[in-house]
Amino acid sequence: MTGVETPLLSLREVAVTRGYRALLAGINLDIKPGELWQLTGPNGSGKTSLLRAIAGLIRVGVSGTIDRPETLLFQGHAPGIKGLLTPLENLQSHPGGLIEVESDRVREALAAVGLLRCLDTPVMRLSAGQQRRVGLARLWLSRSSLWLLDEPFTAIDRQGTTLLEDKLRSHCERGGAVVFTSHQDGKFGANLNQLELADYAAR
Amino acid sequence: MRPDSLGFCRQLFVRHLRCGVRRVEEVFNSLVFFLMVVTLFPLGIGPDSNTLRELSPGIFWVVALLSALSVSGRLFSADFEDGSLEQLAVSGHPLGLCAMAEVLAHWVLSGLTLVVAAPVFALMLNMVPAAIPTLMLSLVLGTLCLSLLGGIGAALTVGVRRGALLLSLVMIPLTVPVLIFGTSAVGEAAIGYDPSRWIALMGAFAAMGLLLAPLAIGAGLRISLEQ
Amino acid sequence: MWKIIHKFGSPPWFFRFATKAVQWLLPLMLIALAVGCVWGLLYAPPDFRQGNSYRIIFIHVPAAVVALAGYYVMAFAGLVSLVWKIKMADVAMRAVAPVGAALTFVALVTGAIWGKPTWGAWWVWDARITSMLILLFLYVGVVALFEAYENPEVAAKACAVLSLVGTVNIPIIYKSVDWWYSLHQPASIKFTGESAIDASMLYPLLVNIGAFYLLFAVVVMMNMRATLLETHTNAAWLREAVD
Repeated sequence: MTGVETPLLSLREVAVTRGYRALLAGINLDIKPGELWQLTGPNGSGKTSLLRAIAGLIRVGVSGTIDRPETLLFQGHAPGIKGLLTPLENLQSHPGGLIEVESDRVREALAAVGLLRCLDTPVMRLSAGQQRRVGLARLWLSRSSLWLLDEPFTAIDRQGTTLLEDKLRSHCERGGAVVFTSHQDGKFGANLNQLELADYAAR
Repeated sequence: MRPDSLGFCRQLFVRHLRCGVRRVEEVFNSLVFFLMVVTLFPLGIGPDSNTLRELSPGIFWVVALLSALSVSGRLFSADFEDGSLEQLAVSGHPLGLCAMAEVLAHWVLSGLTLVVAAPVFALMLNMVPAAIPTLMLSLVLGTLCLSLLGGIGAALTVGVRRGALLLSLVMIPLTVPVLIFGTSAVGEAAIGYDPSRWIALMGAFAAMGLLLAPLAIGAGLRISLEQ
Repeated sequence: MWKIIHKFGSPPWFFRFATKAVQWLLPLMLIALAVGCVWGLLYAPPDFRQGNSYRIIFIHVPAAVVALAGYYVMAFAGLVSLVWKIKMADVAMRAVAPVGAALTFVALVTGAIWGKPTWGAWWVWDARITSMLILLFLYVGVVALFEAYENPEVAAKACAVLSLVGTVNIPIIYKSVDWWYSLHQPASIKFTGESAIDASMLYPLLVNIGAFYLLFAVVVMMNMRATLLETHTNAAWLREAVD
């Protein structure tokens, strides 16, 4: 990690207001390849709003400049999965960013998240945790280097959490970058950068 | 717009059709709704077959309009709730084009099934049999127009609580031309006139809708995601 | 041109401008309205067929004209808001919609009152009245959509899209209602066309149309000022401007 690398994502003087209410102000941030960032802050501090602003989903009330890569992976509270379709159908026809959809690769990804036995079960018959895993399988298929994950660790068991942490770490090691929001402190140790949003609360 | 955008939209179209086919009871429900409302008219205005024959084009189109608007409320709601819409919005493909794939799939499921069932309903209302081909043709174009307009309304109201009623409120005035073109076409065919000018107007409306609706729907969905 | 747009886009500048403009336009509007009404209602000659009942056009026609123009003003503000992302355009849209709806309502009510002596019924499905009613629905839709959103900035964008869709559609609606009317109603009921209007009636009418445009401008600007007062309560420039 040299200092001269161009950042994947850069925020300059970003401020967020929601409905004439100022939420965040003065955020400057450069995220370089290989970095793992956690957005922390109390409820209502604007974690989700900032993440959605970075993803380009929120534009109204966002000022400053956000330089984002052309493609990115975003995972919100809802996984973007259709209950009527099977995990395989879901990922193959998935509305999502740059992801691979070849059948074999999708099978591998579903195997990696431990869903090999439910390939042909409609997602609505799976448990909440399994449904989340279907969404997370997209991480194994992604070809985007920047990942934005909103509360990725909710509704996932301990084994799944470890799996996900390993995946995020290996993505960063291969030159990607991850921004996620979470209440829990994961086992990322010194590799984790944190942005405490309470420090940027707008007055 | 990316080079693979059209292929992506084709996939979305199939995905939406597949979901619709797995929930085929919804298609039946809207046909049964249509049947029930058609039944209410003779009960309300009397069984006289001449009166019914005279009113049938209007009745048919009003019911078609209301049922089309009521089902288009569901157009994007599932996608909004399950997060698919966010995924589409960040996919890098034009959101309006993606949404058109869904609108067209919705039209195939709701509009074209109504076209197929239309002759039965028309005969129940004593419509002149000679007008039925015109009715079906006008319905093909008219339901497309209604799906496009309903799509615009659905895109604007999907993020709002109790959006279904609001959708009708917002879109009914905009559907007036469709109603007029449709009833005039069927009405003129029933008395033996050539209805082609009305069909042509409806076709023009549909063509304009196909061009402009993606812009409005894309903008509307982005606005709904701002919530 | 850009300078002007940006000036109007700045809330402090607009607030001061609107305050001044209302001060000047309000008396002008009242004078024009008084002149138009007195001239039209008292001095213009009675119509040879409708007698004095036609005089309601001095209210009805201006209200209808400005109501329709108001929709285009709203849609233009919506376009500005969507393309140039100028916040004042949002405020303008929000201010125009209820005023336009009210004018449409006035046009409909005066139309109904006029209909009673002319056609013998309070409500006739005349092409022009029906179009007016649909215009009212279009306004109501915009207002309802605005109220449904929690975030007023987002609401304004949604209303902008809706009013642009409406703008594309309005000529089609008007034309199709015309066709619908001529299809069902052979042209037997026709009241004195505006083309045949005598100058002695036309001038007070024009004065009143001008007065209604002023009324529209004044009320919209007052409405926009109220919105700014509400949303920028703590802004320093606002305190300065009010004090």
